[in-house]
Amino acid sequence: MIIAPTLLLLLFLGAPALAAIPAPEGFRALDTLSDAGKSLSLVWNASPADRADRIVQVWMADRPDGPFKKLAEFPSNTRYVKPGDFPWWAQPARKGDHYVKLAASPTFPIEDGKPYFVKLLVREGDQEVWSEVAEATSAPNVFNTAQLNNLVFVLAFTGVLLASIAAARRNPHVPLRRIAGLDAVEEAIGRSTEMGRPILYLTGSGGMDEVSTIAATVILGEVAKKVARYDTSLKVPHRDPIVMAVCQEIVKESYVAAGRPDAYKEDSNFFITSDQFSYTAAVDGIMLREKPAANFFMGSYFAESLLLTETGASTGAIQIAGTDSDHQLPFFVTTCDYTLIGEELYAASAYLSREPVLVGTLRGQDFGKAFIMSVLVLGTALATIGVVVDSSIFNYVLDLFKDFK
Amino acid sequence: MIFLKRQLPLAITFVMGVTFAFQYYIPHPVSEEAITNVSKWMQIISGFALALGLASIFHVHAVKIKRQVPGWGYSIVLYAAMLATIVVGFKSGGETKVDGAQTAFGWLYDYSMVPLQGTMFSILAFFIASAAYRAFRARSPEASVLLVSAVLVMMGRVPLGQFLLPWTWDVTQWLLNVVNSAVRRAILIGVSMGQVALSMKIILGIERAYLGGGKDQ
Repeated sequence: MIIAPTLLLLLFLGAPALAAIPAPEGFRALDTLSDAGKSLSLVWNASPADRADRIVQVWMADRPDGPFKKLAEFPSNTRYVKPGDFPWWAQPARKGDHYVKLAASPTFPIEDGKPYFVKLLVREGDQEVWSEVAEATSAPNVFNTAQLNNLVFVLAFTGVLLASIAAARRNPHVPLRRIAGLDAVEEAIGRSTEMGRPILYLTGSGGMDEVSTIAATVILGEVAKKVARYDTSLKVPHRDPIVMAVCQEIVKESYVAAGRPDAYKEDSNFFITSDQFSYTAAVDGIMLREKPAANFFMGSYFAESLLLTETGASTGAIQIAGTDSDHQLPFFVTTCDYTLIGEELYAASAYLSREPVLVGTLRGQDFGKAFIMSVLVLGTALATIGVVVDSSIFNYVLDLFKDFK
Repeated sequence: MIFLKRQLPLAITFVMGVTFAFQYYIPHPVSEEAITNVSKWMQIISGFALALGLASIFHVHAVKIKRQVPGWGYSIVLYAAMLATIVVGFKSGGETKVDGAQTAFGWLYDYSMVPLQGTMFSILAFFIASAAYRAFRARSPEASVLLVSAVLVMMGRVPLGQFLLPWTWDVTQWLLNVVNSAVRRAILIGVSMGQVALSMKIILGIERAYLGGGKDQ
């Protein structure tokens, strides 16, 4: 007589507690977008009931009937899609919804082309509820859609460069702003000639796979032509044998182009060592013993920059540096007579040779910079307005300008 | 000869440049494998190129010794050190440690190479001091601004400075995060545009000076 009402009472009291754990809504498993395969993504709707003491477990199996294996566990109020995680055209779930990426691991290898079955368990205290079982198959992708904006920008910039080159071919008189460091090249070589001392040219610490090293070798070609005309001695110590081989060819061709093939010396380019401080010590020794009248530091540099330039400054040489290593720029500016900052290093070839086609690309770069400056102003304005009016509508535009690497 | 010296390198540059520019946008394993293979090939080529470097260093110093140019004694020291390292390296099988015990090669590295490298690196501290002295002489308005900024940043970054002048911490943060970052980003944007433009010029064969010469010959 007493048992039945008690059971009914317990049922009524217990019902709201059981109903308090809803099954995850909108749960889906899908192949991870824009990846190399061997991973799956899980998405489900966020719930106002998500909280720290409610735990979500991810279980996966390679057959619909199991056995399922637990792969992850986390509080239900975590793993949300946050603004900035994905651009809007490549997001697997809405911002604010849950997103979990499952990558292949020794615990559970995920193979491409094979279906997997995933379900979620939501647990709070002694109560728990399972989601539906979702099926997904992993596959590698052939295009990273998240980088689509990057590709469009690169193609557009290439188009602008080509158009600028075509315009420069039609009208070769493109004005260039004065770059003091490059104007001083002639002066430095002349000074070396008058003093009867060699010119020291360094191409930096990078290999031929670095754009700054290529820029340094291109400038070396122009410097070597002037050196050949002045009949001065040129010394180019190297850290990389491949760069040395390339520079040998460049210097040789420059002497030929200057009409002085007889003045070319095979050992003007020579290898020292690939070790950073051994190279620095050797070059410092050359500076102190042979006292070059002009030192050129082009390319990328690390901690050796100040050791080289300070030694050069102590010998009284005229020093011209050009680097894209922004951390080393203060050292170069402090110790060198002239410094080509960042992009000036890449503009040097066009500036020294004055070839219309090369000069045309500088105008293309200026268009690119003008575009980026406009985007910075527009993006700052939109982001500010978005914060002021508390709206995320501008994120669609701002996403277009993100992730340019 | 022109085909081998000019057209073939330009064709290789174009094909490889375009392929690996697009590789950045392709996450497929085939694409990943291609970049891994190319990296391995680059390492192999670098290994062979080292022979060029060794030939160069032997030649330059042999000439110095033969002609007895000033400082030729250093070239003998170089030859002796190089040969000693090669002999010891071969005898130790190229290993610095065998069964936890240091080999002769390891001793040579730990007790000559490492201290020499450390010495060179430590000289940097003195060079920074002398360069800072030159840079911070307030001879112009710009140098004065640099001097004041540097003093503030130094005070804000050391415990004693923060203890004496606590407000320098906020000023330092503002200088680094606003003024310094703005200039640095401007430089980096310019560098990025320059790199893309130079890469395009090389891929499309517009910039050919790195092949030697400059214009078509």
